[in-house]
Amino acid sequence: MMAEDRASLLEALLTLLPLDAVLCEEEEIRPYECDGLSAYRQTPMVVVLPSSVDQVRAVMRLCHALKVPVVARGAGTGLSGGALPLAGGVLLSLAKLKSILSVDPRNRSARVQPGVRNLAISEAAAPFGLYYAPDPSSQIACSIGGNVAENAGGVHCLKYGLTVHNILKLGVVTVEGDYITVGGDALDSPGYDLLALFTGSEGLLGVIVEVTVKLLPIPERAQVILAAFDDVMKAATAVGEVIAAGIIPAGLEMMDRLAIQAAEAFVHAGYPVDAEAILLCEIDGTNEEVSEHIMAVRRILQACGAGEVRTAKDDQERARLWKGRKAAFPAVGRMAPDYYCMDGTIPRQRLPEVLRRIAEWSQEYGLPVANVFHAGDGNLHPLILYDANNPGELQRTEELGGKILELCVAVGGTITGEHGVGVEKIGQMCVQFAPKELTQFHAVKHAFDPHGLLNPGKAVPTLHRCAEFGAMHVHEGKLPFPELDRF
Amino acid sequence: MDKDIAKELQERVTAACHAETPLEIIGGGSKAFLGRESQGEALQIGEHRGIVSYQPTELVITARAGTPMHDIEAVLADHRQMLPFEPPHFGAAATLGGTIACGLSGPRRPYTGAARDYVLGMTVINGSGDILRFGGQVMKNVAGFDVSRLMVGAMGTLGVQLEISLKVLPRPAQEVTLIQERTAAEALVVMNHWAGQALPLSATCYDGDHLYVRLSGAQSAVESARRRVGGDVLKTSGAFWEGIREHHHGFFAAAAPLWRLALPPATAPLSLPGKQLIEWGGAQRWLSAEMDGLKLRRQVMEAGGHAGLFRGGERDKDRFHPLPQIVSDLNRRIKHAFDPKGILNPGRMYART
Repeated sequence: MMAEDRASLLEALLTLLPLDAVLCEEEEIRPYECDGLSAYRQTPMVVVLPSSVDQVRAVMRLCHALKVPVVARGAGTGLSGGALPLAGGVLLSLAKLKSILSVDPRNRSARVQPGVRNLAISEAAAPFGLYYAPDPSSQIACSIGGNVAENAGGVHCLKYGLTVHNILKLGVVTVEGDYITVGGDALDSPGYDLLALFTGSEGLLGVIVEVTVKLLPIPERAQVILAAFDDVMKAATAVGEVIAAGIIPAGLEMMDRLAIQAAEAFVHAGYPVDAEAILLCEIDGTNEEVSEHIMAVRRILQACGAGEVRTAKDDQERARLWKGRKAAFPAVGRMAPDYYCMDGTIPRQRLPEVLRRIAEWSQEYGLPVANVFHAGDGNLHPLILYDANNPGELQRTEELGGKILELCVAVGGTITGEHGVGVEKIGQMCVQFAPKELTQFHAVKHAFDPHGLLNPGKAVPTLHRCAEFGAMHVHEGKLPFPELDRF
Repeated sequence: MDKDIAKELQERVTAACHAETPLEIIGGGSKAFLGRESQGEALQIGEHRGIVSYQPTELVITARAGTPMHDIEAVLADHRQMLPFEPPHFGAAATLGGTIACGLSGPRRPYTGAARDYVLGMTVINGSGDILRFGGQVMKNVAGFDVSRLMVGAMGTLGVQLEISLKVLPRPAQEVTLIQERTAAEALVVMNHWAGQALPLSATCYDGDHLYVRLSGAQSAVESARRRVGGDVLKTSGAFWEGIREHHHGFFAAAAPLWRLALPPATAPLSLPGKQLIEWGGAQRWLSAEMDGLKLRRQVMEAGGHAGLFRGGERDKDRFHPLPQIVSDLNRRIKHAFDPKGILNPGRMYART
């Protein structure tokens, strides 16, 4: 964009928004240069902070008329660079839209603005005995608009689903600046399921300006069991056995030795530091149901060879056990100057071979890897430890990360379970999807945004980019891991 | 007999695309009554059948679109598992593809989720004849747009399904149905009150005189909830809910057109001509009445819902609730993105898609 275009855009924005809602000085826009994935940084041309839906619409109408790209941003806690600004674009922050508009205890829903924090919804619903189920680790800080854009998960997905399962209705501003309602206050709505399509669309289809979430009754009781294993494989088997017994735990998490040690050193959760793996299994529901299932799960874990099986005595111990898990990322982060968090999902039965290969590569690359695993739903978070100050170490880390994600695809899984593609995994999209599938994605994008103004360059790679990526990664026309069954 | 005819189906769609010949996609034909009149050459997918993979401990089943629902449910039952959305069949010939294309869910829907909630991935043929795979066989997957869920309820207008992967759940250990005599207003209040409590609800229905409440879960949980909810135990629980799900219940025998009203669940009873049967804690209400569609839709919209003509009435008019203009335009552009020649079940859902 030419300097005079920039000047006229700023001038026009100032007719739509108050002075303090348009940021363009270097020191003002610097905080917006990255999201939770700080390896990628770029300052935008301008940051706007609208405080009403009408202002969002006006900004979109203007940007559409001038053909200026727009990147929407919530709390900026995303881990895939989905909110990375564009040098020639507008960064549209939804942070000022942060009101809880209403809580409807009879219909068990809450209508909120996109900047409302995930945890604040549950806090507002608590007086009615209700809560919002999806709980990403960042729930203290992350906002619901971003949760919808990324289809955020959390530790309770196996039983309660992802964001897509827990929202009813969206208010969306289209690229042209029109306002549409997607979904509704009933359990379904007529026409194509745009609610599903918008969820996880990473800001490519529209700007989410209102969210109606589904609220659930707070379970009467929740109880956590910690089980320690001297072998990761035994822990993996135990997960399958619990599910085979017809029990769906509210949360079922696994951590490996390095993750256990990091978490224990950080928050003193009371984890057995000599274990090769621990499982945290949370059962919730009615009082009687929890008692019945806790007994059953204890028996299964013992039968699967758990060395220690500990049931939290009270809510404090339960909270402490979870704290170790929820703090696992920063805990691992203390062990090295930098860490890189992966987010693949695999069919659970393939866990042993995936962990074995990750361990081999970790040795080969000389980069330690800690594994934190949403074991119930197969979502694996390998955390690669590195030091960006060592020349070439970030590149090797990204290379190792890419190999891990490609392995996830090769065993029948996916490159991202809950963090999104963003800019980070755009290359791996070429591994997961064939050119015709990517072409279909582009056609969908075109239906909503024919000029490609909404978060361009994220989530869906161009075929040109894939050709370049493939040239780097596919040696002699062979797919990675030819020895593995492909699904 | 298991058979893979994906290639043949792809050739048919490709040829139809070139010739711009509309296709009517047919599974078992059990839901032919739904939506607007079909038009086009028949594309039979019933032969494309068979369970491709099923790992009970992974909670995932993958099957070809023409697989009969009975086959899928029988295999799941052998492993004490189920499709959590309790889909209606509306006939013994019902197939998985038809069930997902229609996006119908049964009595368990408000408490465990809808058909679209359990779809993990799908292979489809788009209107250009390309075989495409979206989603996968894992619970958490946010790579790419959620095209698999977009296909659910699209009535075959966006793609011909080939294979579908679904999340399944264990069958509850215990199930009991209780009956209470209630007015409609009371029934709506108590259903929504219970849904806000930690109770193992799995279905609710009000037939005009009685409220039926099904509880499912661990034995101890069902026992204690039974005492809290109260009422007489219904001996024929299985048959009752099957009757509601499949529309064999006496209510559905009436000759008048059958409307499906979707509403915010706690909506007070709607004063309408004809008879009503309330399901899903108040979120799905069946209306059997000769009634002006426009007037009905206005009343339902004011309550925050929408109304579709389910059975009876004219087939060449809008059956599903009309869409606002901007959303209708978006629907049309999405249709064009998947089916540029407009050959897949054209007009089955809306005149323009």
